[in-house]
Amino acid sequence: MHADPKGVLTGVHFLDGDHACCEGTLAAGARFSAGYPITPSTEVVERFASRIPTVGGIFIQMEDELAASIAIQGAVWGGAKAFTVTSGPGYSLMMEHIGYAAMTETPCVFVNVQRGGPSTGLPTLPAQADMMQARWGSHGDYGIVALCPSSPQECFDLTIEAFNLSEEFRVPVMMMLDECVGHMTEKVVIPKAEEIEITPRRFTKEPPEKFHVYEPKENQVPEMVQAGAGYRFHITGLTHDERGYPNMNIDAQDRLVRRLQDKLKPLANGRGLCETENLEDAEVVVVSYGITARVAQRALQLARRRGIRAGKFRLITAWPFPLERIRELAGRVKAFVVPELNLGQMVYEVERAAAGQAAVLSVTHAGGGVHDPEAILNAIVEAARL
Amino acid sequence: MSEMECVMEIPEDAFNPVEPFLRMDRMPHIWCAGCGIGTTVNCFVRALLNSKADLDKVAIVSGIGCTGRVAGYAQMDSFHTTHGRAIPFATGLKLANPELQVVVYSGDGDLFAIGGNHFIHAARRNMDLKVICVNNMIYAMTGGQSAPTTPGHATTSTAPYGVFEPAFNLVSLAEAAGASYVARWTTYHVMQLARSMEEIFKKKGFCFIEVLSPCPTLYQRRNKMGDGLEAMKYYKKASKIRHGAPTSECALTKDGEIVVGKFVDRDRPDYLELLRSQMVESLGERYAEPEMACEDAEVTCSL
Amino acid sequence: MAKGYVAITVERCKGCAFCVEFCPTKVLALSSAFNSKGYHPPNVVAPEKCSGCDLCGMYCPDFAIFGARYAR
Repeated sequence: MHADPKGVLTGVHFLDGDHACCEGTLAAGARFSAGYPITPSTEVVERFASRIPTVGGIFIQMEDELAASIAIQGAVWGGAKAFTVTSGPGYSLMMEHIGYAAMTETPCVFVNVQRGGPSTGLPTLPAQADMMQARWGSHGDYGIVALCPSSPQECFDLTIEAFNLSEEFRVPVMMMLDECVGHMTEKVVIPKAEEIEITPRRFTKEPPEKFHVYEPKENQVPEMVQAGAGYRFHITGLTHDERGYPNMNIDAQDRLVRRLQDKLKPLANGRGLCETENLEDAEVVVVSYGITARVAQRALQLARRRGIRAGKFRLITAWPFPLERIRELAGRVKAFVVPELNLGQMVYEVERAAAGQAAVLSVTHAGGGVHDPEAILNAIVEAARL
Repeated sequence: MSEMECVMEIPEDAFNPVEPFLRMDRMPHIWCAGCGIGTTVNCFVRALLNSKADLDKVAIVSGIGCTGRVAGYAQMDSFHTTHGRAIPFATGLKLANPELQVVVYSGDGDLFAIGGNHFIHAARRNMDLKVICVNNMIYAMTGGQSAPTTPGHATTSTAPYGVFEPAFNLVSLAEAAGASYVARWTTYHVMQLARSMEEIFKKKGFCFIEVLSPCPTLYQRRNKMGDGLEAMKYYKKASKIRHGAPTSECALTKDGEIVVGKFVDRDRPDYLELLRSQMVESLGERYAEPEMACEDAEVTCSL
Repeated sequence: MAKGYVAITVERCKGCAFCVEFCPTKVLALSSAFNSKGYHPPNVVAPEKCSGCDLCGMYCPDFAIFGARYAR
């Protein structure tokens, strides 16, 4: 179905990534947000707070990120599309409810505009050091989706995609911005509402007496329901059976937790989003994401000028990680170069996928700025010599 | 009903009025012999019955702990959330779907230790939530540790030599934070408790009822206070009904007087009214009433 | 003739005795028999005194007893 025109600010705009992300939430149909201020993410909800009263929805500033990250889930079960926004320290606090959303299969979106850490770290400066936290930060086994925009335009487009994926797979989806992308101002084109595809919530058509709230349906995903519709359903963060009743035995745990991961398999490879360039003849592939992909672009140009057959693999869907695609590349390239604004996170996934078939060079940066393209170029040159 | 034994003549169509409100396929429940949580559930059901509430429009939200399990037994839209976060979850639920009567049913540790910040802020906002706190003065499900409500000199598994931290006076806290309605009862006061619950279903805004309840397994036994029945006899003997008593004078002690009654019943505009009037003041006709339900919702509702 | 009756689901009872203690007309007493969980459920000892007030039902934490008035 198409976007509701009420939320769509059709036109050509000059927006920063945070504001573009906010427009994405409105276009996607989000009508509820709960937030707590934290640099460099607050602009997303500031704009939402300003826009939503004329669109028809609610923003509430909660007492902390724990509250914000669970209030949105209450709103989802009340029938709304909802999201919250944060950065490093707040993201750490939200881990509890990312786990709850995964366990209860609550479709919702968490926007993290990454800054330097650990702890309070660098509130106003960029990093990409929450990538592993996004995947593994809450306790237990579960799956999530994480998308990494590299531009304000993508902050808009991918936020809509994030809501769509959260509805399709019933998972919390992470929008993993970084401070640079969040605060970078560029042209953003917002299309007409009828040109924006929206995945509607898959509400059950079963009558209440036949409905089981966690019965796996199409693609192992249960159907949604909302409070007040007569279903009298129960949801819990405890291990549960198809009825949503607590069931703490080994079989129930195995069935549930495997399904929470397995339902995301279609997203790992075939449908995972990425941007590639010059992979056909590549001997070295630079795997990057977010702002770092734009820095790497310069290094790739310089490498080609020197005659190095360098290719680009920009992760857009960072999680689930495109393991098979990287593995396929590993069979025909010399090496991967993985620059990130952290001391090495996604590089481990690349290594795991390469499985020794190709070398993997990490180009680290502790955060606070972006790489010097020379540093990435040097790694490409080194990789080409291998 | 097949197991009923009685020397009395029981009509064939007799049934326990509480059963249609409960998920009977989950009985027996997990609560200990002599625990009072089930008693509070009886009162809750009587209040729902008397207020003729449409159960399809009542949602119950619990946190974690013994009382946190109430949501799992209630035959209505029910949410067993994370520890301490029932109130913010309920806040989102209420704002997205204001026609719901949202009840938060949880314990003292859940609502006032890990969830204390959410409690005071929801009261400050006068969020239209009905908060029922079963206070057994201890963390029971985890094995009898100190709670912010454990009275001085009681012993717990984490205060084996006695609690010396001052306890929260929950009713005073609720009033100070802005609650529209504040009452306290014990599980001995079943009729009064049911009436109070009925009252809050009719009242708009943040309503709070504290219910003292026995924990024979972890509180009474460790403190040599007998079983659940002994606790009930103590409630009967030590309670004084003082409606309108200043909440600051109603602190609880280990074995002293228990002041019960309705302490606060005041009218304040609730969060949604405040939101609406501020938006209308600032935006006038540009203000759009919230339409929160996402696409396809009408199809579900018409079932 | 009693005005009311109490119905007891013996197997659900955990023997807390709230119903026995707080029955205003003292209709009930704990049985010396055990249910299958090992608890002593209540027994009706004075059926003629039952007013069907359902206070036992209000108190019972295990939803194992309720009272009602006979339809007249």
